Parts: sequence; C-alpha cells; structure tokens
Amino acid sequence: MSPDFSLNSVNSDLLVSFTIDHRRLITLQGEFLIQLDGMTKSFPGVLANDRVNLTIAPGEIHALLGENGAGKSTLVKMIYGILRPDQGQIKWKGNTVEITSPAFARNLGIAMVFQHFSLFDSLTVFENIVLGMDASTDTSKLRSEIEDISTRYGLPLDANRHVYTLSVGERQRIEIIRCLLQHPSLLVMDEPTSVLTPQEVEKLFETLNRLADEGLSILYISHKLDEIKALCHHATILRGGKVVDSVQVETETPSSLAAKMMGESLATSNLEQQGEPGEIRLQVSGLNVLAVDEFSIPLKNITFEVRSGEILGVAGVAGNGQDELLKALSGETLTADSSALQIDGKPCGGKGPNARRMLGMSTIPEERLGHGAVPGMSLVDNGLLTAFQRLEFLTGGFIVRGASELFAQEVVRRFNVKSHGIEAVASSLSGGNLQKFIVGREICQKPELLVVSQPTWGVDAGAAQTIHEALRQLASEGTAVVVISQDLDELMKISDRISAICAGELSQTYPAAGVTIEQIGLMMAGAHSVDEITEKVDAI
Amino acid sequence: MDILIPTLLTIITAATPLLYAAIGEMITEKAGVLNLGVEGMMLLGAVCGFATVHFTGSATLAILAGFLAGAGLSIIFAVLVLGFQSSQVATGLALTIFGIGLSALLGQNLVGIAYDGLPKLTIPLLYDIPVLGPLLFSHDILVYGSILLVATVAWFLNHTRPGLILRAVGNSHDAAHAIGYHVLRIRFFAILFGGGMAGLAGAYLSLAYSPLWIENMSAGRGWIALALVVFATWRPWRVLIGAYLFGGISILQLHAQALGIGVPSQVMSMLPYIATIAVLVMISRDRNKIRLNAPACIGKPFHPTS
Amino acid sequence: MLFKLIKRPEPSRAMVFVSPLVALGLTLLSGIVLFQIMGVNPGQALYAFFVEPLTSKYGWGELGVKATPLVLIAVALSIGFRAGVWNIGAEGQLTLGAICGGGIALWLYQVDSIFVLPLMVVCGIAGGMLWAAIPAFLRTRFNANEILTSLMLTYVATLFLSVLVHGPWRDPDGFNFPESRIFSDAATLPLILDGTRLHLGWIFALVVVASAWILMARTIIGFQIKVVGEAPAAGRYAGFSVNKVIWFALMMSGGAAGLAGLVEVSGPIGQLLPSISPGYGFTAIIVAFVGRLHPVGVLLAGLLLALSYLGGESAQISLNLPLAVTGVFQGMLLFFLLACDVLIQYRIVPATAKSIAS
Repeated sequence: MSPDFSLNSVNSDLLVSFTIDHRRLITLQGEFLIQLDGMTKSFPGVLANDRVNLTIAPGEIHALLGENGAGKSTLVKMIYGILRPDQGQIKWKGNTVEITSPAFARNLGIAMVFQHFSLFDSLTVFENIVLGMDASTDTSKLRSEIEDISTRYGLPLDANRHVYTLSVGERQRIEIIRCLLQHPSLLVMDEPTSVLTPQEVEKLFETLNRLADEGLSILYISHKLDEIKALCHHATILRGGKVVDSVQVETETPSSLAAKMMGESLATSNLEQQGEPGEIRLQVSGLNVLAVDEFSIPLKNITFEVRSGEILGVAGVAGNGQDELLKALSGETLTADSSALQIDGKPCGGKGPNARRMLGMSTIPEERLGHGAVPGMSLVDNGLLTAFQRLEFLTGGFIVRGASELFAQEVVRRFNVKSHGIEAVASSLSGGNLQKFIVGREICQKPELLVVSQPTWGVDAGAAQTIHEALRQLASEGTAVVVISQDLDELMKISDRISAICAGELSQTYPAAGVTIEQIGLMMAGAHSVDEITEKVDAI
Repeated sequence: MDILIPTLLTIITAATPLLYAAIGEMITEKAGVLNLGVEGMMLLGAVCGFATVHFTGSATLAILAGFLAGAGLSIIFAVLVLGFQSSQVATGLALTIFGIGLSALLGQNLVGIAYDGLPKLTIPLLYDIPVLGPLLFSHDILVYGSILLVATVAWFLNHTRPGLILRAVGNSHDAAHAIGYHVLRIRFFAILFGGGMAGLAGAYLSLAYSPLWIENMSAGRGWIALALVVFATWRPWRVLIGAYLFGGISILQLHAQALGIGVPSQVMSMLPYIATIAVLVMISRDRNKIRLNAPACIGKPFHPTS
Repeated sequence: MLFKLIKRPEPSRAMVFVSPLVALGLTLLSGIVLFQIMGVNPGQALYAFFVEPLTSKYGWGELGVKATPLVLIAVALSIGFRAGVWNIGAEGQLTLGAICGGGIALWLYQVDSIFVLPLMVVCGIAGGMLWAAIPAFLRTRFNANEILTSLMLTYVATLFLSVLVHGPWRDPDGFNFPESRIFSDAATLPLILDGTRLHLGWIFALVVVASAWILMARTIIGFQIKVVGEAPAAGRYAGFSVNKVIWFALMMSGGAAGLAGLVEVSGPIGQLLPSISPGYGFTAIIVAFVGRLHPVGVLLAGLLLALSYLGGESAQISLNLPLAVTGVFQGMLLFFLLACDVLIQYRIVPATAKSIAS
C-alpha cells in the first residue's frame, strides 16, 4: 500500500502525526535508506569500530553521538568510502554495496560535509564546487544551479571569491552547497557546528530541517547534547568503538544522553569559582598587530587585563584572530609599542618568549604537534623545550639530562600521561595524552600567568576534566589565566570573566555569571559590548 | 640589423631549453612536488638524444629518446618520493648527482663528435616578411614546440578540469584525497611530465643549441630553470618571459666577451648565475606574493592511509 | 602495489642502523649487474673498487686524504640539514676557502714562519663563511631559497678561481699554464704518517667530528637546531630564533667547507688550479645522508665514499673503467638509502587484495 494514497484520506491537522507514522511504517517494512551491519575497523593498537550497527530511514535526521575518540569519524569515513571496513556490510536501499571510494559513495547518493573542510584555499568558490562534482557535470549550468540552491536554502555565497578570503561559516556553506548539488539521499555532517556562532547554528538547523522535510536523510555527528535534542529524531550512541544504545531522541533528556555517552565512570566535577581576584598580572592596552599575509588576521586595538587568581575566557569562532592573539601574547610576534603589553607592570611587547617566561608567563598554543610540541622528539626533549630556562636545566650551555628527565617524569606522573615512558616521541601519544603533557609541562613550571588556546580541542572527556581542574586549581593558587576557546560550554564552565574575539577585535569583558549564551554569540559575531547588542535589538 | 637578427635568433635557441625544463618543473610543482633533479634529467636527456642521433641518424628518434630518458629518470624519483615517502629535497639532489654520473658514463665515447644540428623548418610565405620572417619563421621543430607547449599548458591549467584537479592536488592533498582524487597517481604523472620536459630540454642542448656532447654540458641550466619557476610565480606565460630574459643574458654576455670589453670572460660568464640570484631575491622578498601563488603542499609528503 | 606501508607508532631505532647496510648491499648487487652490462667481470671489478685500494699502507693513507674533505664538509652540512637549511653550495664555499687560504700562501710566498699555516687556516675558514653568508643573508632578509642561491654561487666561485689562476695569480715561471706557484713548505700541511700522503687535515676532520657530536648531543645550541629543523613553529614558540639557526648552520657549513678547500690546496694539491675538487662538495651531501646526519655516521660514510673515489681510480687503471662509474655508484647508494629509510618510519606488509589503497 502506498503511503501517498492514504495522504488523500487524512485531513491536514493530522499531517504531523502522519509523518511519524509514515516513518514507523517504512521502518517496520525494513526499507531503510542505509543499514550498517557489524562494521569493524581496527588501527594499530586500537579497535576503532567494533561491530557497529546503524540504520537510517528516508527523511530522518539521525544523530551519531559520542565523545572524542569514540569512533564516530572512523564509521563515517567507512560510509563515505575513505576507509574500508575490516568486517561488516553496508546495505543501501536494501542492496548490499561495497563502498570502495568517495566517488562511489557520491554515485550512490551519499554526500559529506567534513569537520575539517576539504577546501582549496587558493581556488575560487566555483572551482572548489566544480572539483566536488563528477567529471560529467555541465559546468556552464552549474553557476545558476549554485545560485538556485543558495537562495532556496538560505546559504548566500559569492562564487567568484577565493576561499582564503572567506569566514569559516561561509566555507561551510560551500561544502553544503557542494553536497546538495549532487542531489544526495544521505547527507553526512561531521561536527558541523563546532565552527559556528550560536546564531549561525540556528540558521543551519533551519536549513537542515527544510532538507529533511523534503525527504533527505541526514547523519549528524556531534557530541553536543542540546543540539541533538533540538535537531535529531533518532540517535545512535557510540562509546569506545561500540554502540551502547540506539534511542528515539524525543524520549531522552540531555542528561540521560550524557550518561549513555560518557558511561557511569565519570564523576561530575565541582569547579568552584574563587572569591576576589588579586592584582593585575597582564595588562594589554591598544595592542595592534598587522597581518603578515592575506591568510592571517590583523589584531586591532586589543585591550584587556587579567588579575591574579582569575580565569578570563576569550570566546570566538575559529579563524578570527585567536592564533594571532596567542602569538602576540606569547612573544612569537612582537609588537612595535612595547608598553601595549605589560606583565606585572613591565612593558613586554618587544620581548620574546624567553624573556616573558622569565617574568612568569607560560603559553599553550592550539596546535599540539609541531607548535606546542616537536612531533619526533621524546617527552624529555619536549619538556626541555619550554622549561630549560625557568627550571635551570643548563650549565654553561650544556644540557643537564638528569634534571630534564626528572621533570618529564614529574609531568607524566602528575597529569597521568599515558605513554611508553618518557623516551616516547610526542607523535606516538594520543591527542588527549599529549595535551595533558603540554598543559602539565607549563603548569609544573608554576607560572604566575598562563595563556592557553583551545585547551581541550579534540580531547576525550576524561582528559578534558583533568585539564579543567588543573586550570581552576592553578587560578585558586593565584595564577592569572587566559583561556582562548571555541567551546562556549567550556568557557562558561571555567571562566570568571568572559569576552569574545571577532575579526581581530576583542569585545569588552563581562562576568561569566552575568551574560547569556545569546549575548556572547552576538559578540562572537562582532558586537563589541552588551550595550551595543541592546541598541541593535532596539533598532530592530 | 645584420648583427641584430642572428643575435635574437641565438637568444631564442638559448631560451628554448630553459623554457622546456621550467615548464615541466612548473607542472610538477603545481601538483605539490619539488623535483630538484632537473639538472640530472636534462643531462641524461642530452646524452641519450645525442647518442640516438649519432647511431640512428634520426632527429625525431633523438628527440623522443631525450624525452624518454628524462621521463625514465623521473620515475626513480617518483617511486622514491611517492612510494617510499622519501624527502623530496634529498631525492632530487640524489637524482642530479646520479644523472651527472650516468650521463658521463653513457657519453664517454661520444665526446668530440659533431652533429649538424636539428633541421630548420622554414614556413613559406611568412618567412618572406622582412625582419620578422627570418626571426620568427625559420626555426627547428622544438622552438615552435616550446611556444605551443606554453600555450597548451596555460590553457590546460586554467581552462580544463584535469588542470584544475592538478592545481587542487598541489593546493591541499588532504582535501583532494578526501573528495576522492588519486593524489599519488596525479603526482606521478606530473613528475613524469616534468622529467620528460627536462629530458627534451637536455636533448635540445645537445641537438640544437650546441650540437655535441660534453660532460656536464647543461652547466647549471637545470637549476636556473628551477629559479625561473619561482620568478614566474608558477604562471606559464611568465615562465616564457623569464626564459627569454635569461636566454638574452647568456647570449649578451657571450657577445660582450667576443667584443672584448676588457673584462675577463669568466666574469661575464658569471652573469646568468648572478642574475638568477637577483631575480630570486626580487620575487621572494614579497612573502605574500609567494604564499598566494606557490602550491601550498609543495615538498610535503603524502601518505594516503592517514 | 604489492605491498603497503603501515606507519610505526615509534620510529624504529634498529632500522636507523640496518637501513644503510641494506642500501649498501643493494648498491653492490646493482653494481654487479652494471658491470655485467658493461662487459666487465663483476668479481674483478668489485675487487678493484673496494679491496685493491686498501692493500697497502699508502692506500690507507689515501683513504684518509680523500675522506678528509668529505668528512669535514659533511659533518657541518648534516648539522645544517637537521636545521632544515639546505646548503648545497659547499663546493663553492670550498673553492672560496681555497682561494682565500691559498691567496695567503701566495702573498707570503717568501715568508718562512710557523704562523703562515695558521693564518691560511683562518682565512680559508673565513672565505668559506663569507661565501655562505650570502645565501644566509638572502634567506633571512629576503626569503630567497638557499638551495638555489648557494648553488648558483658555486658556479660563480669556480669562475672566480678561473679568473685568478688564468690572470693575476698565474705562476710567472709556469709556461703560461693556468696554475699558481707551488706553495712553500711553510704553507704546506705537515704529513702525519710516514710513507703516505696523510696530512694534518685528517686530524682537523676528527676534531670537527668530535665537536659536532658534543654540540648536537649535549648543548642547547644543538637542541635548538634540531627543534627548528623539525618544527619551526615549535622553535619560535620555545623562543628560538629561526634566523639565528639559519645563520649558524650556514656559517658552520661554509666555514667547514672553506677549511676543506684550504686543506686540499695546502695538502695533496699544493697549489691553486682551475679545478681543485672532484665534486667533494656534492658528494658530501651523500655522505651526510648515508651517515644519518650523525657525526660518527658521517665519519664512517665519509670513509666509504672516499673508498669509492679510490676504487674509481684503481678500476680506471686496472680495468680501464671510466671514472664516471664512481658518480653512478654514489647516486645509486643514495637512492637505495632513501628507499630503505622508509623502514624507519613504516612497516612494509604485503597488501591483501581487499586493502589496496588508492
């Protein structure tokens, strides 16, 4: 019996309930769009996916939920033909298929928006879209098609611009348009909101809902529970490479989902904010840094201060000058006006990283491998990297091996870094363990001022917990801490005061307890202060 | 005028080998691979081209041999760099050292033999145009071919889908791989093309520019070609301009030597090398320009399972 | 492909030592094939190449003589390579060292003093440094690629030497040959082993090896070089100056190459000629890689490559083989080494039909 036939016999008030019935109906008949059965994939030392089952019905928004490292990306890569499963099979519209390449996946009707966009910086938007299409595509018609889709789904985009001139949100639109042009049946989105402001997230959800209403299935990968609650119909929850549950989202609460995602082992922490902050440790006033090239963001008139014992959170969407800000604070980039940056009242803008470290400052960059740590060097050498001066590991230019080994051991022990000993090379550690090592390396030097960028990016929940507690602990001992992060939840959780960076400009700072997520969202989008937001709202 | 036209003609012959080698290397670099072995591939192309014309008498076969020799040598590079993940810089240097040795070994019995040079193909009617006719329409096939090559490569890169894919692979191999392009396969062919062109450049040296074989006869032209690619900011028509500029410098210094302007000939011979350094400095000092034009993945190894 | 590469979680320490030996073995195997093709008995040829040169005390001395410039240059180059500084113009810096040091010998032709030689050494080193300072300046100030600039300067240096020996520095009693006077005894390196040509330069080489070892393994300067070479961004974060490291690397390798040039002209050659090196500056690049960019490895690799030069000469005499065979051997050795080095970072496993990657 065709569902379309029954549509004529129900009145429009029942349409909503019908939609659900319709979905249940085809589920019962087993007409899934895609059905994964026993997908298994192992990498040296890790079983990334262990007999994973998952089914998606047409028009369904299906969440794939799990912590970092739970195996979500591996599963998706197998669906998209980037990785081949060791075991297991995929059924597409009822037929068993072997997805051998992304091109094969696209031919089936699977499209994917990557977490790290697969875009080409120096090419134009149009060229990027052409590259995502099959060779047979008629490029002369493509331009009008792009325009069509971008207006229909609210995804404004100029096809002639070069990608390096675009914001992260605009880049994501290219990916989405590129996918929609293929008229897919399944759209896979890997953590799409981690790079968006809350307002952009809302717009994205509107687009996705419209697409699902038109019958497109969406596999939505995330670890953000409120998003899944707001958007998805069904969720499959992964933990340690295994499916722990498969649920209707409607019947779950964010906390029940969290329990399933993280398991029972994780105790909730108690990050108590401290009382009155002490004196000013870092004073930045009117800091300007020119862009080194067209790929970087200039810093404009950055002004803030951090006091002993407090944590200042800097929110912002990726690519708005966070890297440049960290480098200006660490001393990797020097400023012309030395007094624009003062540590304990001493002008430091013209001083390099070593001089600033001697004044008690430590920094932790976002990129772990290649910036915060040297990939091919041992943990001992990576400890030496920033600690040799402050902890006096040198005598007359010669390295004292014993002292630096003890230091590496201390960091490994205190921060519970899992590795094959202190001679293991940095690149052999998992992301979370390396981050614990780097954070530990700086904290064990007992800094009076710590600037850290994206402290828990791509780190599993346990390690994130350790790092958050360590930062809070450090602040309670009197250190001034600056946390630059894209993760608003994280900032709300650990900061005393909060501000946002947008296009190289920093907003005013506010007590974290006194601002809403919406207000920060607008500052992330360029509003300089809460007053400005209210004015804007009034104007509308 | 009597001196001018022959001078301009020799500039064209001096520029042609640079043009072939630099265009080939530009394609290789556009795909994200830096092959420093141009000098070695040129020399092998030169000796194989010359040996072929000496033993078979066929200029066509000789040109083909030059191409195949360069392409063949580049396969070693491709296998090491793409298959074995070896350092592109080190492997390119090894290719040059090996090419110098192998060409000397192959050519040991060819030293001192002369050849008439590639036949000139004079285009009727057009040749009769005064001044321009003799200048533009009486060259060997490889000169015409070199101009055609630049035009084809320019069209290929900017107006064809494979050209776009080539640029994409050089810009971000991870993104290209994620979309589903065969990065290693594309790079293999780009390296092969670069090698073939370097071989042709060498063959031109030993068949037309100075039709004989001597050890190390490329005299650093392979390296100059590498610099030309930077000078041209990876654009084909600018490679053409650069090649003719350098052809001009190397011929003018020869003429200056012949005129005896009171400077030791060796000092004049330094000019092309010093000019290379000068243009390299001129272009490279603008980091922004290099960053915008250079293929972002150049020199970086790519392993597809990651 | 019949096999695939699986990245090791940690680089294999054993393979660091095994890979050069495998490469050497493969080079010898290819040598046998090469000799077969050339119609030479491979047994005889390999004997002439690798055994015959070492059958006498004089031969061992020659090994040291040839290894001296190779080791001197390669040790310093390997430090530069670890810093990511690709100085491939050591041949030119060697030439400048010979010119500056040799110039002193010609200038003080009639002075018989023990200070002549030390002055020559200082000037030789300074000459090499001067020549390497140009690419260092152009790289740090103008971002110009040091591979191309240092190489172009090699041609300029060779031409410069040619100007001098054809002109102002030509031996007045030399029948117009493009050669300088033969250096005086005071300007000639003393021999250190009777019955051979082994000279003081060999001791210089050993001292350089030992100092480089200490520098790289034990000092903060060596640490900075390694950090900047492997991860420049991490170097800047740690507060190391990339430009200083570039300058240091080029000054080191320029100075060492200059010393090698001086050692050649005041040792085995004894005068200035239009060509003073059979490509030591380029062969040293191979030596540096075969020696794993480690000073002690470089010492061993230097001896091996020195043997290939001696072998080439001996095979030319006894079997009438062309000298170019040496270059082919050297190139092959480096190819095989680069291929074998994959074993350090990757494991090679047979590819099953299902898992063949793109």
